[in-house]
Amino acid sequence: MSITRRRTVELPEHPDFLWAHAAPKKSYDAIIVGGGGHGLATAYYLAKLHGMTNIAVLEKGWLAGGNMARNTTVIRSNYLWDESAGIYEHSLKLWEGLQEDVGYEMFFSQRGVMSLAHSVSDERTKRRNSYANAVNDIDTVWLTPQDVKEIAPIVNISEDVRYPVIGATYQPRGGIAKHDWVAWGYAKAAGDLGVDIIQGCEVTGFDIREGKVHGVKTNMGNISANKVALVGAGHSSVLANMAGFDIPIQSRPLQSLVSELLEQVLDTVIMSGMVHVYVSQAHKGELVMGAGTDAFNSYSQRGGFHVIEHQLAAAVELFPIFERAHLLRTWGGIVDVAPDASPIVGLTPVDNMYLNCGWGTGGFKATPASGWVMAHTIATGEPHELNAPFSLDRFKTGHLIDEHGAAGVAH
Amino acid sequence: MLNIPCPWCGPRDETEFHYGSEAGVAYPENRDEISDEEWGKFVFIRSNPKGWFAERWVHSAGCRRWFNVWRNTITHEFGPTYKPATQQPASPQ
Repeated sequence: MSITRRRTVELPEHPDFLWAHAAPKKSYDAIIVGGGGHGLATAYYLAKLHGMTNIAVLEKGWLAGGNMARNTTVIRSNYLWDESAGIYEHSLKLWEGLQEDVGYEMFFSQRGVMSLAHSVSDERTKRRNSYANAVNDIDTVWLTPQDVKEIAPIVNISEDVRYPVIGATYQPRGGIAKHDWVAWGYAKAAGDLGVDIIQGCEVTGFDIREGKVHGVKTNMGNISANKVALVGAGHSSVLANMAGFDIPIQSRPLQSLVSELLEQVLDTVIMSGMVHVYVSQAHKGELVMGAGTDAFNSYSQRGGFHVIEHQLAAAVELFPIFERAHLLRTWGGIVDVAPDASPIVGLTPVDNMYLNCGWGTGGFKATPASGWVMAHTIATGEPHELNAPFSLDRFKTGHLIDEHGAAGVAH
Repeated sequence: MLNIPCPWCGPRDETEFHYGSEAGVAYPENRDEISDEEWGKFVFIRSNPKGWFAERWVHSAGCRRWFNVWRNTITHEFGPTYKPATQQPASPQ
């Protein structure tokens, strides 16, 4: 496969000029707490599809400066269970028209996502996953080691390594996008529709009376709202506790890293859960890698360097030519992990308050669908059929959606 | 990497340990009577504070014993450590 996907486009405007910097009004029809990708997508679809334009996005830091700025941008929909296939495939379909829909370049590139198998049990799990994808009309291909080599010549498929490549699942429609531009595109499009985007506005409490939310308290004063959506990612527990209920979320650091800029050597996305690394190469040329979370709870956006060492060891075994690449930068984000590795999107014990969290280590790919179903839930007061299974109630009923096996790597 | 104070062995590298999440979660009493909701809480709900957190670790590559310790989830600073089935010291804050 030739490496021909490098494109030239004009750089976008500085994001400071893409949307108006609003001061909060006294009241809104809906307030979205959290100005990351999911919050911005929620605002955009609320305004565009449901006609709710008297709404605000409140962001305590700067826009899309949390996990939206820290992820490894992998997009795919090849999850195991029907519920997940429904929401993630809806997301991928939205991605496929997103740049045109919001009118903004996002470097969305369907270069394929490959997940390597290294043992018999690993292969069985991945084949099962692949068959499930086929049943759900999600594109899936089983690759032999030779196929892997053809798509990505730099992968080491020799048998004399600790965990040889014995096959792989491949989703050709998977890929990557430029995360900042996704956030800016949604913010610009939402702002153009009249949504107030308010940065530096931290929610410090809620106005809840008789089990119903009436507004939020912030460092910029009290703001009343008919509906409030919590889209706080790693800080979701903090928000839920402020509102007086518990959620089954643990906040953990998830680290990523980039190399220096290199010539294009990899034009697909390769993941390996067993040796524990995933890697793609950004349009600009840096290798972007990630692996598992650090073990412990944290809100620090930092993790241990031994986790980086572990993933680099795996990367060098799989891709011997990476050996002399220099590590440029590592960083961490705080991910909100649910017990079944699936999101929680829907209603809460507080009337007119909605929750969208638990995307854990894989939220970027879900940005469009997460916003789309959240907007439906806020506008109608009921979950869409795509997010109904992802209720907070499932931790009472036992109807879990266990996606630990389909997560690209173990977390 | 965290430098974790094992109450038996003293401070050691994080790579010698495995994490056990929140400390002091008691197995429910009157188990025949409690509701699905209460079981759900016991199985799935753990506190997730921003700040001081009492948590469990096991020193897998050392003495292989469990213990509890206070740790700050913002700064990663450790507070008092304490052995299982002993009185939990007050939160450092």
